Amino acid sequence: MHEFRFEAVKMPPAAEQLRREVRAFLAGEAARGSFQPTRNSWNTYDPEFSRKCGERGWIGMRWPKQYGGHERSALERYVVTEEMLAGGAPVGAHWVADRQSGHQILRYGSERAKRDLLPKIAAGACFFAIGMSEPDSGSDLAAVRTRGVKVDGGWKLSGTKVWTSNAHRAHYKITLARTAPKEEDRHAGMTQFIIDLSKPGVTVRPIHNLYGGHDFNQVIYDDYFVPDDMVLGEVGSGWKMVTGELAFERSGPDRFLSTYRLLVESIRALGPSPGDRAAAEVGRFVAHLSALRRMSTSIAGMLEKGAQPIVEAALVKDVGTTFEREVPEVFRQLLPTEPTLGQGESYSELLGLTVLRAPGFTIRGGTREILRGMIARGLGLR
Amino acid sequence: MSAVQEDAGSMLQDLLTTIDRVAEAHCPKALRESAEAGEWPAALWRELENVGLARAALPESAGGAGLDFGGAMAALRRTAYHALPVPLAETMIAGRLLVAAGLEVPDGPLTVASGDAKRVPWGNQCGHVVRISSDDEVTLFPLRDFSPRIEKNLAGEPRASLDFRGKAPAAKSALQGAQERLMLEGALARSVQMAGALERALAYSLTYASERVQFGRPIGKFQAVQHMLALLAGQAAAASAIADAAVEASAQAPDEFTVAAAKARVGEAAGKGAEIAHQVHGAMGFTREHNLHYVTRRLWSWRDEFGNEAHWQMRLGRMVAAKGADALWPMLTRS
Repeated sequence: MHEFRFEAVKMPPAAEQLRREVRAFLAGEAARGSFQPTRNSWNTYDPEFSRKCGERGWIGMRWPKQYGGHERSALERYVVTEEMLAGGAPVGAHWVADRQSGHQILRYGSERAKRDLLPKIAAGACFFAIGMSEPDSGSDLAAVRTRGVKVDGGWKLSGTKVWTSNAHRAHYKITLARTAPKEEDRHAGMTQFIIDLSKPGVTVRPIHNLYGGHDFNQVIYDDYFVPDDMVLGEVGSGWKMVTGELAFERSGPDRFLSTYRLLVESIRALGPSPGDRAAAEVGRFVAHLSALRRMSTSIAGMLEKGAQPIVEAALVKDVGTTFEREVPEVFRQLLPTEPTLGQGESYSELLGLTVLRAPGFTIRGGTREILRGMIARGLGLR
Repeated sequence: MSAVQEDAGSMLQDLLTTIDRVAEAHCPKALRESAEAGEWPAALWRELENVGLARAALPESAGGAGLDFGGAMAALRRTAYHALPVPLAETMIAGRLLVAAGLEVPDGPLTVASGDAKRVPWGNQCGHVVRISSDDEVTLFPLRDFSPRIEKNLAGEPRASLDFRGKAPAAKSALQGAQERLMLEGALARSVQMAGALERALAYSLTYASERVQFGRPIGKFQAVQHMLALLAGQAAAASAIADAAVEASAQAPDEFTVAAAKARVGEAAGKGAEIAHQVHGAMGFTREHNLHYVTRRLWSWRDEFGNEAHWQMRLGRMVAAKGADALWPMLTRS
């Protein structure tokens, strides 16, 4: 029998204390106008804000102190993350390094990589991008064609990556390349490298998104040299690391809070005594959010105990991103307004931005179709 | 984990295994059909009573089985997984109301009625009914003196209209907010039952998809079917998560916010999940012969009992709106 059990997680007192601290910090920052909650997402890039987070010990929270971390629990990190997202904080600069890259370096990186990079990441002074997709390799990551060739003291990389968010402003990037010819096992022979984006041999070109924003980039490697101690883990084991990394990032609150600010502002706009239909729609979303948060916090608890709830985590992302996409679709009809972009601060602006960002929710980090295939595998169908 | 918790955990595991065994031995298809035809499943009920289920949701001082409330609800969920045709949820709710009102809990199957006493679940087959009057009085009546008008829900479970005129209660006591309490207890129990029934609908669907061969392979190998089953799993998982959350928040008395969220979310999952389960089963699942309908007809009934999704969504939405937009996040994260 397929039982999904999402056991309760009791947030430790330290986590609740932290929650109060983050709330107070965000309220102060928002009051001072250092950020505008309705405009942000976890893609909003604000290095100054990230530096303040680093100062407060809210980046690299779980890493060892010797590498600049704070040795706090998964649940404490969870609380900081969800408070930032719910508060509409501009966490985009440090997000990837904190969620994924730092974790990978800690786990697979050389001593030099750990010593040089982790403390800077934790300080909110060093930002990362992720380079997996290529022009002919999106969902099918094994089709990667960027090649790494062994040379004296390191590797030479050649190839092209696309959809690399923030490559034009991040300091480093972790990239996946083929280091051995494709064999029977298409997933063998790939390796992850840490790329210093300030070094020669790498060119970054903008790819503007559908609303004219610039997050994405094309990144071209032309005989780019990576020293041996910037290889992540064993040569040829990149696939395992990448899939492990994705599993880690699937169940977080970023998978169901992307439209939380629109939900809040919609509730505000509907006022204290909404009509039946509006009340029901709000209630439905709140019920969905309650279920999702329970699933997500429970998985954080499982991860803390060393479990690998891969199917459960994938379910959070599928159910969560579906929820996120419904929010603008419902409120645009309850609060009739023509959505706008770049016309000043208003509800219509938040709606417009959300509508335009929404297609990405069910694509980034693995499309929902790929995700459903993985769930099916977990259910024993493949 | 403390020794006490571990004991409770293994005790619950034993109980769940026992329920599986009782379902296997005492609930064959013929019994399901005779129960739907109106026959009281006496032997099945006796087996469940013998393992302490009827009183499982009560504190030990009131004859409870020594399980905590979460354990009792896990057991209820398992009986719904097996679609057992018995008024266990109703007996548990009635017992909780009686204990809250300071009244003795009689033996045997119990049910509950609100003011109008229409479509009382199992109201023709239980020993007693706990009726909540419009002025929040908890009253206990033996059912033998009634001549109920019997209807059924879509699952063939009896729903009886009771006429209380001229009937004297065997016991009564005032309980503040009793009507509200009945509604919340009922919504909580139905959420738990639906979570169990959804688990079974998923299990049936996975089995069928791996056995049914078309175009030379099991239909579960087709991507379209795999995606449907992934969606069904998502509904079942979300239902499970929120039902558990509601149970934990309601050990002493139902927690309004979480129970409302649970009934709304699980009720939605019930409809969406049942739809997928049937689509995966094709014509086979549309027959009386296959057992899928024992859980899906319950899902289609239970989602409309003790308030449908819209009812609870509106309540939740009004609660949130009244407190204001900025109060939502603290409500969601309160521990």
